Amino acid sequence: MLTLYGKRFQSRLLLGTAQYPSPSSLRQAVEASGAEIVTVSLRRESSRARTGQGFWGLIEEMDVRVLPNTAGCRTAREAVATAKMAREMFGTDWVKLEVIANDDTLQPDLYGLVEAAGELVADGFEVLPYTTEDLSAAERLVAAGCTVLMPWAAPIGSARGLINKDALKTLRAYFPDIPLIVDAGLGAPSHAAEVMELGYDGVLLNTAIAKAGDPVKMAEAFAKAVAAGRLAFEAGLMEPRDMAAPSTPVAGTPFFKIDQAS
Amino acid sequence: MKIVLNGEAYATDAATLDELCARLGFAEAKIATAVNGNFVEAAKRPATPLAEADEIEIVAPRQGG
Repeated sequence: MLTLYGKRFQSRLLLGTAQYPSPSSLRQAVEASGAEIVTVSLRRESSRARTGQGFWGLIEEMDVRVLPNTAGCRTAREAVATAKMAREMFGTDWVKLEVIANDDTLQPDLYGLVEAAGELVADGFEVLPYTTEDLSAAERLVAAGCTVLMPWAAPIGSARGLINKDALKTLRAYFPDIPLIVDAGLGAPSHAAEVMELGYDGVLLNTAIAKAGDPVKMAEAFAKAVAAGRLAFEAGLMEPRDMAAPSTPVAGTPFFKIDQAS
Repeated sequence: MKIVLNGEAYATDAATLDELCARLGFAEAKIATAVNGNFVEAAKRPATPLAEADEIEIVAPRQGG
């Protein structure tokens, strides 16, 4: 079971809701993924198009918990105001906190992130910060009151997988009791399995499923990869070694002569 | 009076934020608001007067990652 801010979930896969080819493919992909948590955002509403009203109707039909993000915010002040608007609109204290530093990498601004996290926690929010693998930033986020951390694997939408696996392993070792969810940068189910094999608690992704040729099938593939990776972690993976070790018993090998063994 | 509504120049004689939202057809809509960068909760919209050059944000749910 995945526990985030006292809430328990069967699924360890969290899904973004953007970029799907159609509303029905989004709904079917969420179902196929088994995800119980989906991320949403808020954007300026036009009085003519009223786009948001239709989208909300779609989300309400699904039996999922929403995790509003602060995507696109460039300062702590913007992120805090956006989080407050999201809390009222979506009726949840949860926020996926994003403070973005750079348009090319969409990397988190760790200084703004820590500042906004502290302010939001003090205001009663339950903050799930989108961060990097940086250990000192993680420490400050935990000190600010975050009880979940969401480091990236690679830049958002880049599909590159775990580009700093050693640092993600260090983060896992350093925070054994904090739920860690890799958020962003995964492209293939094998990436998700790799994350889970490291002992991470969950995976949050969007583009890799939404932009797949068949998003529904890809959602199922990711769900299986996350489950498989988790099972493998629980089972305990063997340690790699440099040299071969025979799996078939050596004793009793036919034609074996001890003086010919190397 | 001229205000900035969702990043664009907009002329209105609505006296309050609540009145502006109603005139835009958002009275029953799922929206949230901010004035000059600060969140304004729904209950406080009627008591939030609009002033020249105010920057108003009216947002709604949208797809997100």
